[in-house]
Amino acid sequence: MSATTGSYGAWRAWLDDAAPKSQWQARLGEASRVVGKLAANPLAAIGLVIVAALALAALFAPWLAGGHSPTAQALGARLAAPSAEHWCGTDELGRDIYARIVFGARITLLIVALVAAIVAPIGLAVGMAAGYFGGLVDMALTRVIDIFLAFPRLILALAFAAALGPGIANAVIAISLTAWPPYARIARAETASIARSDFIAAAVLQGAPAARILVRHIAPLCVSSLIIRLTLDMAGIILTAAGLGFLGLGAQPPTPEWGAMVAAGRDMILDQWWVATIPGLAIFVVSLGFNLLGDGLRDAFDPRST
Amino acid sequence: MTDRPLLEVEGLDVTYPGRGGAVRAARGVSFALGRERLAIVGESGSGKSTTGRAILGLIPRPGVVRARRLAFDGINLGALSDAGWSRLRGRRLAMVMQDPKFALNPVLRVGAQIMQTYRLHWRTSRREAERRALEMLESVRIRDPETVFRLYPHQLSGGMGQRVMIAMMLVGEPDLLIADEPTSALDVTVQNQVLRVLDDLVAARGMGLIFITHNLTLVSSFCDRALVMYAGRVVEQCDARRLGEARHPYTQALIAAAPDLDHPRAVLRTVTRDPTWTT
Amino acid sequence: MTAPPAIAVERLWVTYTHEGRRIDAVRDVSFAVAPGETFGLVGESGSGKSTVLKAIAGLVAPTAGGVRLAGRGMTAKRDRAERRRLQYVFQDPYGSLHPRHTVDRALREPLEIHGFADRDAAILAALAGVGLESRHRFRYPHQLSGGQRQRVAIARALILSPGVLLLDEPTSSLDVSVQAEILNLLTRVRSERALTTIFVSHDLAVVAHLCERVAIMRLGEIVETLPVEALRASGAATPYGRELIAASRGYVRHDEPLASADVSER
Repeated sequence: MSATTGSYGAWRAWLDDAAPKSQWQARLGEASRVVGKLAANPLAAIGLVIVAALALAALFAPWLAGGHSPTAQALGARLAAPSAEHWCGTDELGRDIYARIVFGARITLLIVALVAAIVAPIGLAVGMAAGYFGGLVDMALTRVIDIFLAFPRLILALAFAAALGPGIANAVIAISLTAWPPYARIARAETASIARSDFIAAAVLQGAPAARILVRHIAPLCVSSLIIRLTLDMAGIILTAAGLGFLGLGAQPPTPEWGAMVAAGRDMILDQWWVATIPGLAIFVVSLGFNLLGDGLRDAFDPRST
Repeated sequence: MTDRPLLEVEGLDVTYPGRGGAVRAARGVSFALGRERLAIVGESGSGKSTTGRAILGLIPRPGVVRARRLAFDGINLGALSDAGWSRLRGRRLAMVMQDPKFALNPVLRVGAQIMQTYRLHWRTSRREAERRALEMLESVRIRDPETVFRLYPHQLSGGMGQRVMIAMMLVGEPDLLIADEPTSALDVTVQNQVLRVLDDLVAARGMGLIFITHNLTLVSSFCDRALVMYAGRVVEQCDARRLGEARHPYTQALIAAAPDLDHPRAVLRTVTRDPTWTT
Repeated sequence: MTAPPAIAVERLWVTYTHEGRRIDAVRDVSFAVAPGETFGLVGESGSGKSTVLKAIAGLVAPTAGGVRLAGRGMTAKRDRAERRRLQYVFQDPYGSLHPRHTVDRALREPLEIHGFADRDAAILAALAGVGLESRHRFRYPHQLSGGQRQRVAIARALILSPGVLLLDEPTSSLDVSVQAEILNLLTRVRSERALTTIFVSHDLAVVAHLCERVAIMRLGEIVETLPVEALRASGAATPYGRELIAASRGYVRHDEPLASADVSER
């Protein structure tokens, strides 16, 4: 038993109670076990910290930006090296780079969240339908998935951005269109194997209609695979967004999007390295954080790991 | 006749470390085995398979095996090196497991596997090994050894796969065979065929046999002595044919809990677990 | 005019195609179960006994022949009202419960599907009826033992008060002592409700314990059907039936002819 006393100990005991008194107590207990497994893994913990830092930076940007504005130009102080005044130096228009990184976290998080919110449900729905109903439905949907999978992500994103015009919203749509097929494939494979289980047969025997079985029995089991895939994909999504930004097709100036910042600094990379390198480092760290978190989640969700 | 026992086990403990405290899979298990048939009976979690594997040195890390004495034909098993184990396993000690699907190499033909085992322990020509393998297949009553020799494991039925495994394990002419639930995965009509094969081979070669099972009916008809295990401990040792006279309440309850075709009862006796059994 | 049999299987055939080959899992099987009777289907692997049960439950569509419940012909497509009247207990207690649903949720599901009121009361009554306590109510399957999971599966099957209960080897994966508890539970439940039951198993002793009449199946066909008392007293009439009974009694150390060769291609 835990040696901690006081409210933490009581809270812990409530979560670990072997005889939960309510559905919520049971659910929170399970969730705390998953979180516990995650936190026990040092690399996953690092990933969690990085992702949390991203979220915090996005939320509290005005307070964390060290007093500087991300868009205020100061042409007299352009291309200043990192110093006590400007922690990461200034860019070609004299804007504080640190403040732009912090505010840029909002853009990154926004793009990533929007893509995830579009891609996961669509992939889940299409994949589940294909995997559960089989037959003609499966054939038709698989062909659709294959068609979208055939396109290279960045090129299709470029084409859409070029057709629809630059901007964050169009960048999100362009990325989502190429990012959803793998989720559908995962959901399809998982659904096909889950659908053969006895507990699904039991639900059918109780008279549950297909929609209910898909939403309440099968979807919850697919979700963990999708979440893991999503976190591992985040790095790719961030890089694609950065790529679009680099090509001028994503966020437009003066929005501090990290990819666009790297592009802006590429001519000066030898003399004023900080203009391109610092945003590049930010992209790298955040991608790494999501990867580590994804690996940790995979281990935490795996019922076989202790 | 009074040579030393084939196997001596004294105070065998197998422990697995765990988050909620150590799991003691076997505790203080002690018995001696001559050239006879000993059944180790128990339900799941009783420690019977653990005991069998500990004797063969097959307990995986992080499990820890400790014993006051664990000796096979005088050889101290606790102090064996890897090389020492290689010399014993297959040649003097062998194990037949429950499911041949998992114990036979799926990508090698059956005959090749038996030959491989044979040549591990004796330096002979391929021809000699092949002859020996065919001989073994015949000894396990496989009707058409040449055909079966060329089959892959997935082409074998359950009973045949089990007999092939017996052939493979006995080709080295071991002195002691540990059979871990060898017939549990088989249909009941096939079980008796496989048991017959085991019966004849064990008798003909004068081997010692440890038969691990949860099936009490098999114990009284197949074995000489029985060891009943519960929660890692040996709770009873007795003559296998006289299980009905068992004294320990767990054994009595276990016998009474199984439905009997010839003695119908309205309500089956259930086992009320007494905590004193595990002290 | 006598009531129609609760379950009537009429010339049932179930055929699968596997890798281009036709496999007849069930061949021309016919039998009837009277209301309130407990009927046993015994056979070894490949006998088709589980497939017959699945066809009766509507989990598998017959290739030919049919199934009647209380006189009405049934296909594999059934509506909610029809589903309510027949319930099923699966062999593997680890696979028949949804891993992410608590016991409460598993029992609530059929109640919600069929629009029951007073769900909490029904759930507590169902738990008590199978010998589980309220402390098990919000546990997940991985926090329960095999015997407890099977009790939950039985509670789930009975919560809608079906008239027919189909049991597919419900105790085969359980220890002997746990099996005894579950068999006693089934005996009690059967006498408390007017259930028509079909019990499938490979274990003749278990089937004889619970059933009144037994059909022995082999390779998709019914070899013989006989009352349990006849089984115990004089044994079976057919050679295979006798072989099965003898084998169930355990190994006998004397000379007996072995069965025919069993090399089989997959």
